[in-house]
Amino acid sequence: MPKSSRKTLLRAFARLKKYRLRTLAVLLCAAAGVFAQLAAPILAGRAIDSMVVGETGVPAAVLSALFFYGAAAAVGALAGWASQAISVGICTKMARDLRDEAAAKLRTLPLAYLDSHPAGDILSRITVDVETFSDGLLMAFTQFFSGILTILGTLGFMLATNLSIGLTVALVTPLSLFSATFISRRSYRFFRAQSEARGSLTGCVSEFIEGADLVDAFAYEKEAAARFAELDGNFCKASVKATFVASLTNPVTRFVNGVVFAGVTLVGALTPGMSVGTLSWFLSYANQYTKPFNEISGVLAELQNAAACAARVFELLDAEDEPADLADGAVLVPDGSVQFENVSFSYTPEVKLIHDFSLDIPPGTHVAIVGPTGSGKTTLINLLMRFYDVSSGAIKISGQDIRHVTRESLRRAFGMVLQDTWLAPGTIRENIAYGNPNATDEEIRAAAAAAHAESFIRRLPKGYDTVIGDDGGGLSAGQKQLLCIARVMLRLPPMLILDEATSNIDTRTEMRIQNAIAKLTKGRTSFIVAHRLSTIRDADLIIVMRDGTIAELGNHKELLERGGFYAKLYNSQFEQT
Amino acid sequence: MKLIKYLRKYRVQTILAPLLKLLECFVDLAVPVITANIIDIGVRGGDKSYIFRGCALMVLLGLAGLAVSVTAQYFSAVAAVGFSSELRRATFGHIRSLDYSTRRKLGNSTLITRLTGDINQVQNGLNLFLRLFMRSPFIVFGSVAMAFSINSRIAVIFALVVPVLAVVLFGIMRITSPLYRLAQTKLDAVVGVTRSTLSGMRVIRAFGREDDETARFAGASDMLAKVQTRAGILSALSNPLSGAVINVATIAVLYVGSLEFSVGGITSGSIVALVNYMSQIFIELVKFANLIVVVTRAAVCAGRISSLLDIKPALEYPAESDKRTPSVSDEAVRFEGVSLTYPDAGDESLTDISFTAYSGQTIGIIGGTGSGKTTLVNLIPRFYDATKGEVYIFGIPAKAFGRADLRSVIGVVPQKSLLFTGTIRSNLLWGVSGICSPFEFGDELLWQALERAQAADFVRAKPSGLDEPVEQGGRNFSGGQRQRLTIARALVRAAAARRAGLPFILILDDSTSALDFATEAALRKAIAELHGDVTTFIVSQRVSSVRSADLVLVLDDGRLVGAGRHGELLETCPVYREICESQYGSGGEIGA
Repeated sequence: MPKSSRKTLLRAFARLKKYRLRTLAVLLCAAAGVFAQLAAPILAGRAIDSMVVGETGVPAAVLSALFFYGAAAAVGALAGWASQAISVGICTKMARDLRDEAAAKLRTLPLAYLDSHPAGDILSRITVDVETFSDGLLMAFTQFFSGILTILGTLGFMLATNLSIGLTVALVTPLSLFSATFISRRSYRFFRAQSEARGSLTGCVSEFIEGADLVDAFAYEKEAAARFAELDGNFCKASVKATFVASLTNPVTRFVNGVVFAGVTLVGALTPGMSVGTLSWFLSYANQYTKPFNEISGVLAELQNAAACAARVFELLDAEDEPADLADGAVLVPDGSVQFENVSFSYTPEVKLIHDFSLDIPPGTHVAIVGPTGSGKTTLINLLMRFYDVSSGAIKISGQDIRHVTRESLRRAFGMVLQDTWLAPGTIRENIAYGNPNATDEEIRAAAAAAHAESFIRRLPKGYDTVIGDDGGGLSAGQKQLLCIARVMLRLPPMLILDEATSNIDTRTEMRIQNAIAKLTKGRTSFIVAHRLSTIRDADLIIVMRDGTIAELGNHKELLERGGFYAKLYNSQFEQT
Repeated sequence: MKLIKYLRKYRVQTILAPLLKLLECFVDLAVPVITANIIDIGVRGGDKSYIFRGCALMVLLGLAGLAVSVTAQYFSAVAAVGFSSELRRATFGHIRSLDYSTRRKLGNSTLITRLTGDINQVQNGLNLFLRLFMRSPFIVFGSVAMAFSINSRIAVIFALVVPVLAVVLFGIMRITSPLYRLAQTKLDAVVGVTRSTLSGMRVIRAFGREDDETARFAGASDMLAKVQTRAGILSALSNPLSGAVINVATIAVLYVGSLEFSVGGITSGSIVALVNYMSQIFIELVKFANLIVVVTRAAVCAGRISSLLDIKPALEYPAESDKRTPSVSDEAVRFEGVSLTYPDAGDESLTDISFTAYSGQTIGIIGGTGSGKTTLVNLIPRFYDATKGEVYIFGIPAKAFGRADLRSVIGVVPQKSLLFTGTIRSNLLWGVSGICSPFEFGDELLWQALERAQAADFVRAKPSGLDEPVEQGGRNFSGGQRQRLTIARALVRAAAARRAGLPFILILDDSTSALDFATEAALRKAIAELHGDVTTFIVSQRVSSVRSADLVLVLDDGRLVGAGRHGELLETCPVYREICESQYGSGGEIGA
């Protein structure tokens, strides 16, 4: 096992400390189970040896052997069940704690981390990886320890009772170990090849199915089928090999088992004075001897997989948190004024985006942020909300540096409506009250009315108690946008950040949204990522973004007169072709 | 099982694999008897050479068993993999033959799961089935039969153990499998909460609701842990419980064995053999229970695949002899009273649409979301058939063309700009599919299309130019670049059609949304300068994209509420005026 996965496993096992009593119980139960399991064949052998020809009824010695056999079997069953049941408890609890820790980590991770790592990747670390880790751990718990005890116990009993049989088994053991590792190593390689081939086949399948409309539109069927057949052929070749090699394990171990069995029979039968009963328990031992080897090699493979998954979870847990609020962080008392003082910012050190930018925004100003797609319009929002921190300089709200106040009070000062209309799973009522969970029903209703959302909510079968699913199911994009506005209406913060919706909303809803937004922004300092000409024209100040940096600054008239980038953008939209 | 026909090519392997496994069973069943004889004749009878011969026989039989079984494993691997491949190719081919609306109804993720996960399950199930369905029952019943041949009184115990053990194994499975299914739904819930938290991170932080989201997660996470624990503890019963059954039976065998032994009804070697048979029954029944799980799962998957294969495509194409081919004509597209109702939908999606587009014209289509714009243009390449009315392409009903013939005169740029794994060149050459060989199509024509699509600059800047690799879905290109490449792909088709002397219809379905205004304007100019035979449909939500069209169609809730030029519509069509006002402010014209 590689060093890195050993280190990860050590770290994972260290988490067992919390459950040390239970872990001890698992180990004790497993040991008791193995002992009972090994005792049973010996007792059966003794019963066979105690049988007497000619006696009426069952001899007392047979009865006592059978009694102990039954007791051993009962202890074995109970101990086996207890050790497995306790292990299940430990592993699921450990998985839960790890999962909760990872999810709690999401609160303190900087957005830079979340933005730069695909959501699917983080998601699978928190869910799939934790599950795989816990499964591997469970297997290790239930099979690893008892497997080793079984091997040692079997050899010990055999050697102690009859040296030559014990040695026979010990000599054939390497054969069984060798064949098991040989097969598993081979099959691992073939399985990797198979999963690679499957990966590209699945990639091809999903590509052509997601693009089925295009295949249809371009009459590309023949080419698609040829590509599919090629990858399918590769997969089949790899799959036959992997399936076949993996399926060798059983016959080969059965054969090795048979050789051990024959060896034990031979040596036992030739040993003078060996009783039939003793021979019979030797044979049962020989019979179950290879099983723990298979199990252990399976566990080792599983543990490597588990270690890889645990490593990914730990990586997430170890990621650097965003800086905590200052210990003496003040509570922001916003008056609506915002100052940028020599602000510089970049997402990566190599690409400088905003350089030495200063701007004084008096309370109540409407600021429009415009620019082509991908020009960095959301950068300013990220900085204002402290989703990202400036590299140098300072942003001040009512004279207070936003890094010196608590994040909670800073964010409370802003109302935010983004184009991505995220709603929490829950009812409509809960969503409107998202920023103010203690709001009364009247307040919620008033906010919905102010956001022009009341009429559609009332038309829903369950009204305000309609449950919104994971994907906001059932509501149109426009309706979701109205709920987001209502959410902000309830808080009525002194400053606003808005991202205008560009598409996917029908004209009538769009007009409603416009009205709601106009109501919301009245008298408040607002930053609007604007697409709509009317918004841009009516803004007090326009910040023109281009390639991530601030290109121009001014109002509509000034910027048009300047004849720069803004003028070009503006004119191209209305140029006659 | 209708799917069995896909095994036909592998029938030899399919029949031989279980038969060979059966041969191996005889070896397994013979070993305890040989041991018994060694004990009774060799040890107690003092015949040393018998011991040697017996042990040699065991090893030889073991080798024979190994050889037979390895061959069987190979055959079953070949049969299972071959079967799944035949099935996969058939399913893939079948999916391609399905029409647009059937595919929509089934959903992409369903289709992908059928082709990948489901078929894999079937493959594993078949493989295990071929190996075990003969072996396990044969060993179990063979052991019972052998027991009867040794001593019928003791064998009764065997006959009782098999059903009891089966009840224990399957009973626990029955109880735990719904619990595991429940655990899966709880896991889905955890995934759902996490996904929602991740996508709403900014909002959650903006509203300071981190605590509540953490609590929500902890709730779901705890539910999952509880269900998993319950399922785990119950299924942990399986081994100890079935072991207990076997042990009780062993005690009974030894007890009755002792009685029989005292009257000379059985030898001690035979008692050892009986104990060995007992443990073989146990091992095989555990395997068999596992087989049942895998096979049931595989059967469910096979059923799903089979019902997918049963779906008949909804569109029919004319026979080879009756089909018409498109040729240049004055009118490009004509809708006559066209209505469309999607299968299983109550209301009409398009109602009574009539218009004519002449060759070389540019047609703009505008309207809100759900107004039917995409549905309308999808009728042109005949992704669906109109439920009422008729669509004519170049003066001929769309239904009269062969599938490939119709598609070769139409270039579609869909809303979602999708590229395929390969290179820029291989993606552009999709355009010539069905019209000419890719080798006949020179680079200069590809560059021309890229220039027109405003994509030449960034392609030139790539280190390998046209041969720059494209990753799955085109994810190594930005949204705007992808859109321009998909437009270029359609323009390549236009060029190929022109070379073949065919007319052409270009459909841009809201496919410029990721372009900035300046680039979009340049693109519109380039498309307007295309060869005179090309008829262009532009679907958009932006007035600026359609205002210069020869004909603007205004859709509202599936109805054509206005048709004309921009200026006329401003006067006559209230819906169009409303759209303009919402984008340009009151008056509908540009102020400034």
